[in-house]
Amino acid sequence: MVRIDFNRLRFLVIDDNAHMRRILRTLLHGFGAREVYEAEDGAAGLEAFTHYIPDIVITDWAMPIFDGLELMQMIRQPGANANPYVAIIMLTGHSEKKRVTAARDAGVTEFLAKPISAKGLYQRIINVVANPRPFIKTKTYFGPDRRRNVNSNYIGPERRKGGKADVIRQTPLLEKARAPV
Amino acid sequence: MPHSKDTAAIVTYGDHEIITPENKLRGAVSKQASDQGNDDPVARAEKALAELSPEFASWMDSECDRLDRARHDLREGFTKPNKDALFHAAHDIKGEAATFGYPAIASAADSLCRLIDHTPEATRIPPQLIDQHVDAVRAIYREYARSDAKRLAKDLTKRLREVTDEFLISQNRDRPDVLAQLKAPSIVPE
Repeated sequence: MVRIDFNRLRFLVIDDNAHMRRILRTLLHGFGAREVYEAEDGAAGLEAFTHYIPDIVITDWAMPIFDGLELMQMIRQPGANANPYVAIIMLTGHSEKKRVTAARDAGVTEFLAKPISAKGLYQRIINVVANPRPFIKTKTYFGPDRRRNVNSNYIGPERRKGGKADVIRQTPLLEKARAPV
Repeated sequence: MPHSKDTAAIVTYGDHEIITPENKLRGAVSKQASDQGNDDPVARAEKALAELSPEFASWMDSECDRLDRARHDLREGFTKPNKDALFHAAHDIKGEAATFGYPAIASAADSLCRLIDHTPEATRIPPQLIDQHVDAVRAIYREYARSDAKRLAKDLTKRLREVTDEFLISQNRDRPDVLAQLKAPSIVPE
């Protein structure tokens, strides 16, 4: 069974609703997290992201100044900030298919619809920590691979073009636990 | 600090790159031994939330007051900020009500969100329909202790939703994509 040492992870919670921030903080501390930072809108969230360099961002969608989707598009800019690969969990009351699709296409790592549950949040965190997906960069997209599964029976057209792979670089994983503090 | 991409493996194809960033979070993962099964982080978090729950009634109360204020502000001036404030107040209640222990309130708030979100010209929303939604949310909250509260909430919300859908279909009759959205069920299980 996979377990996570939450006190090794740094969280940033971005939500304009103080009650929801308090609930998230309570759940994360309950899991064992120590480092939980908060921001109350998209602009403050981006500033906190730059300042704290969190491991996992949990953001609301509907927020003032700029919303969670716009925030995510700003973070998912290769070369523009310290960690464009950061795990982003979108926690929102929006649950319509077009919203989920829009979040996916903006580069969300996991989507969690409110009402929140301890189990749902825990599962999303386990997933981003233990099963990270590779990132895809195209002319129009930069974010986690949107193909979560390989379907051997797929018979449609292959939308990703390309021939022989050209490996640019391979660097061994650096475990967070071994990184200098 | 070195840039993250500096330690990512990149494979380039014709029109895309596949990038495998270093998994900095890997160090936080451990395999639990079978004899360490008593520690349940989810149960710990649920207990922490239960300890916070005495606050929830007052939080729900303040969210209902916020919705009421937003309704009054919109009545004073039908501006985009006022409309957005009403939507956000309803949207927050939709997302929080179940967590606060008032799941029967969420559907009425959701209906108000749909009304605001899917009306192409917001000034055409009948003010009384907004009032009916806000009053329904507040009434369901106020009467929540009644034994028949959930049934009444369900009946009230069902009627609100019917009236709202009728209005939205009339307002979006030339927008087939919106009509399809209105008729589509949420992909999130109830």
